[in-house]
Amino acid sequence: MKAFSYVDAANEKDALASLGTERNQVLAIGGGMDLLGMMKDYLVQPVRLVNVKRLDATIARTPDGGLRIGSAVRLIDLIEHADARRMYPALVELAEQVGTPQIRNAGTVGGNLNQRPRCWYFRNEEFHCLKKGGATCFSVNGENQFHAIFGEGPCHIVHPSNLAVACLAYGATFRLAGPSGAREVEAEQYFQMPDHNLYAENVLQPNELLTHVTLPAPMAGLKSAAYEVRFKQAHDWPLAFATAALVMEGQTVKSARIVMGAVAPVPWRANEAERALAGKTLSEETAGRAALAAVQGAQPMSRNAYKVRVARTAVTRAILKAGGMKVV
Amino acid sequence: MKVTITVNGTPYTRDVEPRTLLAYFLREHCGLTGTHVGCDTSSCGCCVAVLDGQTAVKTCTMFAVQADGHEILTVEGLAAGGALHPIQQAFSDQHGLHCGYCTPGMMLTTVALLKHTPAPTEAQIREGLAGNLCRCTGYNNIVKAVQQAADVLRQPAAATK
Repeated sequence: MKAFSYVDAANEKDALASLGTERNQVLAIGGGMDLLGMMKDYLVQPVRLVNVKRLDATIARTPDGGLRIGSAVRLIDLIEHADARRMYPALVELAEQVGTPQIRNAGTVGGNLNQRPRCWYFRNEEFHCLKKGGATCFSVNGENQFHAIFGEGPCHIVHPSNLAVACLAYGATFRLAGPSGAREVEAEQYFQMPDHNLYAENVLQPNELLTHVTLPAPMAGLKSAAYEVRFKQAHDWPLAFATAALVMEGQTVKSARIVMGAVAPVPWRANEAERALAGKTLSEETAGRAALAAVQGAQPMSRNAYKVRVARTAVTRAILKAGGMKVV
Repeated sequence: MKVTITVNGTPYTRDVEPRTLLAYFLREHCGLTGTHVGCDTSSCGCCVAVLDGQTAVKTCTMFAVQADGHEILTVEGLAAGGALHPIQQAFSDQHGLHCGYCTPGMMLTTVALLKHTPAPTEAQIREGLAGNLCRCTGYNNIVKAVQQAADVLRQPAAATK
């Protein structure tokens, strides 16, 4: 890989001072799990890396009873955090599914959220695809069995982060620090569709850092779960998955947030499923109806129609699992 | 960049380029070739070493500069005083290797696994080794070796190991 300089930033201020305004020229490195792959494949050739592992790596209680997670927290630390597991089980269960043990030992929360897409055309140096400044999304007429079933393109990646999906379901906000201060962005506003931003998957600017994820206190009656469907149980990305966050009163769903993953270029909130579930008694039937609503607008590509069914199943099972019911 | 990494108890201070991978720091700068490079993409686990006595990491997907000031355990650091480490002995006893290429990574992952989970179930062993591929597919004997090592290391006499 191309030579670069390395800055071991002692704190957020130092790290921000080392960044630049040109995309992919100076990059933050946390665990490096995604970044080293990108560099080895010549997809990015930064002139400088800034180590952000010494920034906040703690999980702390917020005054309102939620949790504030530093971006430098490793996935293994999140997995082993008892409060996080009790309060936000879907987030922790998804962290447990990432990669392999060694990847979870090194990979960070910030890195998981900001990792680049796994589309094999994007990852292959030989394909000068839309996302890399080319003229074509090769997935349209190519091998698109793992690509998006939602969204209008022009790029058809699925967003690679599974924690992102849980962040939307729990209504997380992200703190972005930049040269002129910090801003708070709702998780739902953070991720961007390719027709808004083709060259990145989120609003983070090259001179900014995602420093914290703040999860609001769980509402009374909140029950949540995630369900992933995979080919392989290790070292793979899910075919489709869903997170359900239900506010329950007895067996009645007062309100729901349903978010699907690996189906669109961003974590895909299923508003129709949420409406279909609100006010209903939770059952296999109502969960199934919500799941059907969740995939109503799907527009599969030539080789991924099967994902519509997989996503529907993931939604049904996430809802049932959240409600503590038997997953069929 | 000057880095100091303590490998198997010995501090190695070397001037490295920031792009030097930890795997090549160990192999070429320290001369410790027991750490193998298989896939070079964090998939296969041949390059696993233990960071700071606790954590299995893939040294092909880590820059040496990221390990500056830290401690690394490699396969060369397992045997002590001419005696095999209980994990090495168990891999030998249970025929937990065919070609041996994956074995250092398997054993170092096992060091960290047994530190966190001293009495693992078979499922926990298989999950714990999910990031280590054996191209000879000798997984059953590898699992038996980890079980034997866990049994031996749990005995009081092995507490100093």
